Amino acid sequence: MVEARIVIIGAGPAGMKAALSLVEAGHRPVVIDEAQRSGGQVYRRPSPAAERSPRALYGFEAARAQRLHQGFDAIADFIDYYPETLIWNAEGRTLDLLYNGQNQRIAWSHLILATGAMDRIIPVSGWTLPGAYTLGAAQIALKAQAVGIGQSVVFFGTGPLLYLVAYQYAKAGITVKAVLDVSAFRQSVVALPQLLTGGRTFAKGLFFLAWLRARRIPVLRGITPVEIVAGTDQAVAGITIRTAGGKLRHFDCSGVGFGYGLRSETQIADLLELEFAFEHNHRQWLPVSDDNGRASTCGVYLAGDGAGILGADAAELTGRRAALVLRFDLGETELAAEIDTLSARLNAMRPFRHALDHVAFAFPERLARNVPDDVIICRCEGLRAANIRQMARDTEEIDLNRIKAFTRLGMGRCQGRVCVAAATAVLAGAATDMSSTGRYRCQAPVKPVPLRAFLGGCDEQV
Amino acid sequence: MTSAGQFHRIPVSERREITCRVDGKPISVFEGDTVLTAVLTFRRDLREFEFSSDLRSGFCLMGACQDCWVRKSNGERIRACSTLVADGQEIVTQHGGKTDG
Ligand code: FES
Repeated sequence: MVEARIVIIGAGPAGMKAALSLVEAGHRPVVIDEAQRSGGQVYRRPSPAAERSPRALYGFEAARAQRLHQGFDAIADFIDYYPETLIWNAEGRTLDLLYNGQNQRIAWSHLILATGAMDRIIPVSGWTLPGAYTLGAAQIALKAQAVGIGQSVVFFGTGPLLYLVAYQYAKAGITVKAVLDVSAFRQSVVALPQLLTGGRTFAKGLFFLAWLRARRIPVLRGITPVEIVAGTDQAVAGITIRTAGGKLRHFDCSGVGFGYGLRSETQIADLLELEFAFEHNHRQWLPVSDDNGRASTCGVYLAGDGAGILGADAAELTGRRAALVLRFDLGETELAAEIDTLSARLNAMRPFRHALDHVAFAFPERLARNVPDDVIICRCEGLRAANIRQMARDTEEIDLNRIKAFTRLGMGRCQGRVCVAAATAVLAGAATDMSSTGRYRCQAPVKPVPLRAFLGGCDEQV
Repeated sequence: MTSAGQFHRIPVSERREITCRVDGKPISVFEGDTVLTAVLTFRRDLREFEFSSDLRSGFCLMGACQDCWVRKSNGERIRACSTLVADGQEIVTQHGGKTDG
């Protein structure tokens, strides 16, 4: 075992910023990330063979992205960077990694978790068809691979990403047939006073909307998705929705992207046995932290969207703060003032984020609870809503972990990453308190690991 | 480029063309493509679902959903959305995930 190190998990805006702020003070952190290149989802970089201009990749965020990337590239010699590395287990103060096909163990003295987020999904009939993707996936396809998820596409769900992705696709010359938002226009009106505090972010949102409308791309509010429709090739041929006025409408398309805001990725925090609490604001169980991002276990710090969704700009701030708090804990007490300033800035961002994610584009709770019986909830195991409801009735249980043991819900390869939000809602059914279903617990390995990494030669997955 | 694929390329500046084989069929793709992009610019499905005849083509593209596992010709399993395609690579999608342990 090598000497214990400062380890940062994740190389998105939070992790990159944390690394910079540690190197600044002469530390040499280990940075572990699953992607081939740094940037996280939001500032994702294509592989060098497919490089494009920052302007083409990040639009309005080009300068910000470029600054972050250049900063991180400049410290390459002062960090130990493990890209394309999967952390599949965390026990005590060690991490098990899969790096270059080999298993490795790293001991940490301090750990910054910047694990990011993924789309929150509500299953709808047809969502497992070829051609149906998350909004995040649609964006990655375009940014990292210069492909659209279809030749003509419809985006639906809710949240700021819905409009951003639609804009990016239309701008890239892909036919966007419609943008369909489950949130009603009046929700934005209610949220307006707080939204106005969002400055730049709010202005961009308005711009995207105006831009789409100016190109006569239908933007419908208050819709209910009914079905993603398959063609004869068993792939997406269109989508049927119910309008706010109650009429059925169909849009032909070859790809759909959907999502309902983001959900923090907390599986490593779970393996570390950090203390969690159900955050009603974020609608999920999150690792608890003090006012400055210290987790319940000494030496663990939380940053970025993995600690609750605050967006990319806030992720940079929480990343820097995590590093400064860590340095403070190591004795740099003179950092206290800057830490306070950062925390104050972050707190000032919360009302806007709340208005955005929980009022204007609130998660449509009812839609999630009422997923029709015949719709697949768990795409790994092919379990339908009826299976889950039936099991809940038979066993009189609504605890996710018990239901998991009975039905294999969330036991597939994704370990519940995709389905847990929807499964929680389906199980909660009529229950008023979402936390009543308990916290879904994950197990190592958090993602499939080839046995070959341990044994050599054999390649089945554990 | 055929329009039969799920993924639709947008015009970008010059990239090096390489060739790989999908279930024995040679296809011409670009350096920097993931295995998923390579397959889906030519057809709409990536693989058959383990427990039925449903087709799947990945979902998250960020290594989270695990819905895009296929094999190399030596049987090694790869996650198509996060593995770059190599020149001359053989990809096997038929019964791609049927022997999941
Ligand atoms: S598409 Fe989700 S892991 Fe590859």
